[in-house]
Amino acid sequence: MSNRSLLLFALFSLALAGCGKNESNQSSAGSSGELIIKIGAAAPLTGPQAHVGKDNENGTRMAIDDANAKGIMIGGKKARFELISEDDQTDPKTATIVAQKLVDAQVNGVIGHMNSGTSIPASSIYFKNGIPQISPSATAIKFTAQGYKTAFRVMTNDAQQGKALGEFAIKVLAGKKVAVIDDRTAYGQGLADEFVKAVEANGGQVITREYTTDRAVDFTAVLTSIKGKQPDLLFFGGMDPQGVPMVKQLRALGMKTQFMMGDGGYTPKLIELAGDAVEGTYASLPGVPLDNMPNGRDFSTRYEARFHQPIQLYAPYCYDAVNVMIAAMQKADSAEPAKYLAEIGKVELEGVTAKIAFDEKGDIKGGAVTIYQVRKGQWAAVQTMGGALAAKP
Amino acid sequence: MDIFFQQIINGLVQGSVYALVALGYTMVYGILGLINFAHGEVVMIGAMIALAVLQALLAAAFSPVLAVLISLMMAMAVCMALGYSIERIAYRPLRNAPRLAPLITAIGVSIVLQNLAMMIWGREYHAFTLPFNSVSHQIGGAIVNDVQIGIVVVALIIMAGLLWLVHHSRMGRAMRAVAENPAAATLMGVDINRVISNTFMLGSALAAIAGFMVSVNYGIVHYYMGFMLGLKAFTAAVLGGIGNLRGAMLGGVLLGLIESLGAGYIGDLTGGFLGSHYQDVFAFFVLIAVLVFRPSGLLGEKLAERA
Repeated sequence: MSNRSLLLFALFSLALAGCGKNESNQSSAGSSGELIIKIGAAAPLTGPQAHVGKDNENGTRMAIDDANAKGIMIGGKKARFELISEDDQTDPKTATIVAQKLVDAQVNGVIGHMNSGTSIPASSIYFKNGIPQISPSATAIKFTAQGYKTAFRVMTNDAQQGKALGEFAIKVLAGKKVAVIDDRTAYGQGLADEFVKAVEANGGQVITREYTTDRAVDFTAVLTSIKGKQPDLLFFGGMDPQGVPMVKQLRALGMKTQFMMGDGGYTPKLIELAGDAVEGTYASLPGVPLDNMPNGRDFSTRYEARFHQPIQLYAPYCYDAVNVMIAAMQKADSAEPAKYLAEIGKVELEGVTAKIAFDEKGDIKGGAVTIYQVRKGQWAAVQTMGGALAAKP
Repeated sequence: MDIFFQQIINGLVQGSVYALVALGYTMVYGILGLINFAHGEVVMIGAMIALAVLQALLAAAFSPVLAVLISLMMAMAVCMALGYSIERIAYRPLRNAPRLAPLITAIGVSIVLQNLAMMIWGREYHAFTLPFNSVSHQIGGAIVNDVQIGIVVVALIIMAGLLWLVHHSRMGRAMRAVAENPAAATLMGVDINRVISNTFMLGSALAAIAGFMVSVNYGIVHYYMGFMLGLKAFTAAVLGGIGNLRGAMLGGVLLGLIESLGAGYIGDLTGGFLGSHYQDVFAFFVLIAVLVFRPSGLLGEKLAERA
């Protein structure tokens, strides 16, 4: 008997503790009747991908400042959004620590993480604590396939993107023999796998599959080995820190093979750093070109004015992710995770990257992918593939 | 065969850089028995300084050759000052402390330098291009460009110079004396502190040159670039026999070749069972094998030669 009452007592106190948490969330209203809403952001702010991670933070910060300037009312109170930015170092282990930290700070929602490799382990922590998570840039299929109702993304997944890239490589570029390198991260590997499937589905042939890491700078050995097999096209699943030396070494070895990357390659840095070698390179980016979106050009102008650098990569997606979250809070008229979570899936929003709506898994509906090419030192949109919701360029 | 020849060249270029950085590790270890984990960061600082000076000089319309030479000299000077300060601030006060203490400060210095560079030069990658064209040459089916030839030639000259310095100069004799027996060297009138400072400055100057080479070769500079390079060079030093100059050179070139041939052929040889992502594993596997069968490294037994 006493055991049972002890259990009851424990359950009761747990419930009390739960209440206490909720209350403290609500009582985080400022003295002037303001409702303080904490938005967590997680991206690599140090390490090789720090420049892209900082760009994510910038995009999130812009959305939060815009929302504060608008004076949004939630639950009858003026909402004040606060950004809590954390550095996950692109490391899956650090990502879980950062996620727990954000949960402990009682954030109302999280924008992140940037990489698939960090978003996936972190997602289980957010799910257990009921914190909505919108990743601006995680593309691995697994991220939304784990059955976590808290995980969303405003980016197309690897299947959607890999399919578009593979189709483009075989049908439009008329390549037959394809070589593939990936960086063995959840992102690079996942995208490369989907690319390979699409290439084979379209009648192409993957003649070699090579690998590297997300810290490597020297690819001459792998490229030399690929050179001996004379592919028509080389696809790299990875980010721009590897893409730059890879394309330079590819050209230095006298190879005329076409070079293609996923969204990780679509950065101004790739062109700036690789110079002439990068001319003709293809990369994809989910959504439609910013210039073709109603608010896209305005966003990039304001971003450059504020941060004195061009958009690196995912800042517009972070901006959209925050706005989706806020739209859901407005609809639910509450910033409590439990209350507004259900509304996220129903949001339909004209974002700066695309028209955003989610399917039942939390993936973006339709999911247009645009293929870009470096022409005369500039990214130029070549073709937008798929995406019923997306505007045609 | 062309492919094989190209892989050998790839390995030699990579290995020359490893060797130059490995020399810095090995010289310090030879004299102090300390592994200077901040050495990779000195390489990075060298690259950063060279880039900054080069850009400033080119903007001031200096002639390209002069600008490159001055920027390299400046990078070496700054790195020498840095190497001296690191030793003076972080290692000298701990010279008689337990061995773990200087190892931990070494890691601390490494983190400090990395973050300092991040604050000064930012998180983004910077382009590092020489102000003149690097022409590609076709040698027996392999393609080599001027930069790569330059790297191997300069590395060879520097290594030869260093060997001469250690074996035939006054400073080198002092270095060898301190390495052999610090107490006896002191009694014979050798200023240990000066010798150690000189060693750090020499190693750091080599690091600056290596940093310059890596940046020119890959065309990019980043505050994080020293970490992996440092680790690889340390491996090369251990492979060759840490504390041994010739060992560091041999280890560096060998590691470059192993990596290049390993990554190039492992996939084909094992029928795709092991892929090129085992490149690093391959290098470290060789390291383990050497340590098991020759714990002192390939050339480790010639104790009298350490410097």
